[in-house]
Formats: sequence, C-alpha cells, structure tokens
Amino acid sequence: MSSTISPTATSPCPECDAVVSFSRAPLKGEVARCPGCNAELEVIALAPLTLELAPPVEEDWGE
Amino acid sequence: MRVGLLHSRIRVEEKLLVEELERRGIVHTLLDVRDLRFDIFDASPWRGLDVIFERCISQTQALTAVRVFESFGISCVNPSGVIDACGDKLTTSLLLARHGVPTPRVRVALEPEAALLAIEEMGYPVVLKPTVGSWGRLLARVNDRDAAEAIVEHKSTLGSVQHGVFYIQEHVDKPGRDLRVFVVGNEPIAAIERRSEHWITNTARGGRAAGFTITPELDRICRATARAIAPGRGALLAIDLLESSDGRVLVSEVNHTMEFRNSIATTGVDIPARMIDHVLEIGSTRARTADEESAPGVVVRPLEKVAGALNSGVA
Repeated sequence: MSSTISPTATSPCPECDAVVSFSRAPLKGEVARCPGCNAELEVIALAPLTLELAPPVEEDWGE
Repeated sequence: MRVGLLHSRIRVEEKLLVEELERRGIVHTLLDVRDLRFDIFDASPWRGLDVIFERCISQTQALTAVRVFESFGISCVNPSGVIDACGDKLTTSLLLARHGVPTPRVRVALEPEAALLAIEEMGYPVVLKPTVGSWGRLLARVNDRDAAEAIVEHKSTLGSVQHGVFYIQEHVDKPGRDLRVFVVGNEPIAAIERRSEHWITNTARGGRAAGFTITPELDRICRATARAIAPGRGALLAIDLLESSDGRVLVSEVNHTMEFRNSIATTGVDIPARMIDHVLEIGSTRARTADEESAPGVVVRPLEKVAGALNSGVA
C-alpha cells in the first residue's frame, strides 16, 4: 500500500524525544506508546514519519 | 471490488483488518474520517467504492460520514441504522424490548426529580448509564437514596445536555462475569466471558477475557438480537449479555464497532477474517447492483479509479 513505509521506521517522541520505533510498517492514524515517557502518540504523517500526542478520549468514543 | 476502510485512529483491530484485506489482495482505500470533506451534491470523489467498512472510534463522526456515503448509494458496514441503534443505549433497549429480546428492565426520566422517582420505583440497587458512551465509562451503581441524589445532581449540573437523559437500568447480580458474543451477519461466531472482581467487567476496565462456548440459548438470543438491531442481512455486532442469579440471560448492550484483539486467541476464531467475509459479501451485492441503486443524479460506478482527493492509502 502506498500509505506504508519502511518497517524499521523510527521517530522522536514529541513529548520526551525518546526514539519510538515500529516493528511493522506504521499507518497514518496508528497509535503507539512512547517507551520513554509512556505518552500515547499518533502517527500523523508518514513522509517523514511524524508523531503527535494522541488526542484525549472523547465522550462518544468506543465500540 | 474496492473497499473504503473508514477510520480515525488505527488500533490493533484496524491493523488486523487491513492485513486481512492485503492478504486477500482486496483493493482498499484508507479513509481517515478526520480528513474527509463532503459536498453532499457531488458523489464523484467516491465513485469506485463498492462498500465502506466503518471503523471509526468516534460514534458521531462514524454516523455522520456513513449517512453521507449511504446517500450516495454506497453500502456501509455497519449501516447507519445499526450505528444509530447501538450507539444510543435507550434506542438499543427500545428495539430489544419491542422485539421480545430478554434485556434488563430500564426506566427513563428527563428531569432530576423524575429520575429519583424512577430509581425508587425500580428499587435499589440500580445502574445509571449515559445513553452515549462506551468502555464502561461513567457507569454508576446506585445502592441507596443518598447516592442517587448525589449522582443525579452531578449529572444534571456537570454533565452535557445528553446527561440530562437519565437511563436507569436494573442491576443484575451477575456471577463475576459477563458474556460477549460476536455476530457476523446474523450468525454468532464466537464468544468470550469477561471476569473481574469489579462489578464493571469491560476489558477496557481490566476485565479478563476467556473463550466461552456458545450455548443454544445464547445462539437463539443473539440471533434474535441481530434481527432486532439489524433486520435483513445482519451486521457486525458484539453483544454483551448478563446472567442473573435467577437464571435469566439478558442482553445488556450491543456494540457496532467491535473490539476483538483479545478474543482471537481466546476463541480460536479468526474474527477479522469473518468480518471481512461479511464486508465483501455486502460489497459484492453493491457491485452487482450499483447502477440500479444509484440515487437520481448520482453516478457511482464500481471499479473506477478513486479520485485523487482520496490518495491516502490507495492500494
């Protein structure tokens, strides 16, 4: 798929600058946990791979 | 066949579903609902999509987008009627009650004083739930009058307008677990039990999942639930059930964007594969009948190239 990138992709955590790595090719919108500060992050761009703090849970989120 | 997978954040479930689509070589487009813009008079950007597979984390965004896609003549899994029915607990309860599906008793009130009267009439304990919400959030077991007054006042004072709808459910004294049955189409395909020391057993709140055999009674109740919520070709549903101490099995909630990451290994059922089977079945019907289903003035032809506006994730 054109939305995927290298499976060895890494990006700095926007909160603590620790390296966040993906074992599989990430997708835009994918969530990840920072190994440094435990922040919940979201992939907002793939080229270059860019992470942002994931938005907080909204009232209508869920199943 | 081209599948549009409508999503917001990509969780484990969405990755498993994408992997299943890729494994089968199904052409698919990832549609981040947060990026979408619709001209309701112009369906052309979406031509070529045979089916929308809705996997948004926000019910409001999901329902809005699906309504627009359906107006363009594109089938959606789940359809807006199912999202509507499952996304609001009162609507779910009304449908279950009207169709004779066993479910806990429910009373509804729209003002605090009426809510207190309804709670007293039902008898303690009761469970207060927001009509919209998930993952076991903001549930309250109310054991006595003092707690009822406090929670009703807090909801009416601090909550949004939606919390002014008081949904009061019978408290079911369950045996330390509840049950979840996954339904594809109209068929129950797998079940788990969720155990917790806490009265809230959602896995999102720490409940532990284990496989559970679908009994004939569970099968019957879940098929009846699917008929009530999604008449016709059914839907993708996760049905939560409670067992009462007096032997009743009651449908508590029905979920329309089911989470299943903890239920594949525990049940031995390839849930994402079964879900994709259903999506493709709905999509293939759409592809065969696209011309007939198109609304006046709307041209939606299968297998055409999706417009450049949708270039993210085009396989």
